[in-house]
Amino acid sequence: MHELAITESVVQAVTERLPGRPIACVHLEIGAMSGVVADSVRFCFDMVTEGTTLEGAKLDISQPAARCRCRDCGAEFEPEGAIALCDCGSADVAVLAGQELRITSVEVV
Amino acid sequence: MCTTCGCGVAGVRVFGPGQLGPAGHDHGADHGNGHDHGRGHGDGHGHDHSPEDRTVQIQQNILAKNDRLAEDNRAWLAGRGILAVNLMSSPGAGKTTLLERTAREAGTQLGLTVIEGDQETTLDASRIEAAGCAVAQINTGAGCHLDASMVARGLHALDPRPGSVLVIENVGNLVCPALFDLGEAARVVLSSVTEGADKPIKYPQMFRGADLVLLTKVDLLPYVAFDTERHASDLKLISPGAQILPISSTTGEGLPAWYGWLAERAS
Repeated sequence: MHELAITESVVQAVTERLPGRPIACVHLEIGAMSGVVADSVRFCFDMVTEGTTLEGAKLDISQPAARCRCRDCGAEFEPEGAIALCDCGSADVAVLAGQELRITSVEVV
Repeated sequence: MCTTCGCGVAGVRVFGPGQLGPAGHDHGADHGNGHDHGRGHGDGHGHDHSPEDRTVQIQQNILAKNDRLAEDNRAWLAGRGILAVNLMSSPGAGKTTLLERTAREAGTQLGLTVIEGDQETTLDASRIEAAGCAVAQINTGAGCHLDASMVARGLHALDPRPGSVLVIENVGNLVCPALFDLGEAARVVLSSVTEGADKPIKYPQMFRGADLVLLTKVDLLPYVAFDTERHASDLKLISPGAQILPISSTTGEGLPAWYGWLAERAS
């Protein structure tokens, strides 16, 4: 359950950046290939924010889809599931999108 | 958790060499050493947001703090010419047994030291110490993985000598440790024949980042239904560049190649 540590990192980063400012909403990007489950972050969020300036804040998570480029044939494709396999059969791919794990912005009260 | 650096002081315990008894917590004594609490603080101070302007751009990687501490560890290790390997697997795949034998057979030659990560107990550290190797134990408490701040504390307790090989045995878990950079130079993942051949494809995040996969307990291949070819072909789909090395810590098969792999990277 590394999402607990991930959620704690979000709270910590926001409270360091905006000390003492009550937060109304937190916007995150959690890509499909990031290794983090957005639902688990949502599950942890209320508990982790309790007693902080983020308590009661809304959590908005956008989940960019995965996109890869094949290093063998050059094709760009959206992998299905966790395994990035090009139609040409190659698994040697560069991940272009889907590994995002970012705090994009917050809305202060 | 420590609200200054997030190093989880409340639950994490670090035992240095010679502290492996049923000692209590060591909070406070070494807290803060090696950490850099200055950087990154204070950003955003002095901003003034009018009621119309309630959105504050953050644009920060969620793992930024861990990644920064990992880079500090990496620089510290590189400055001393120490090769650090992050050893990961599910519980029971044979990490500690491999390190015991490695310590006995190649520990002196490699200048091996070990950081052990477990939720609880100093059992593994005691085994490594009995094999003649300097070791620090990190107990993560509720934590399911090691992070860079825990390893910074482990480095401080262990103080590995320049030019040596440090193996960081992560908490047994094929999921969470994959996400947390510790400052290592290489990631080694163990996959045992008793777990089944489908582990790379079921836990792609872990195997995707592996530089080397050690297929362990191969002495048991005659007794278990393990499809070696499928394991290798699945791994190729997940991590085309990862090397596979079949080993047995019981018979010693493949171990010279493992010692050679470490020695080559350490040089």
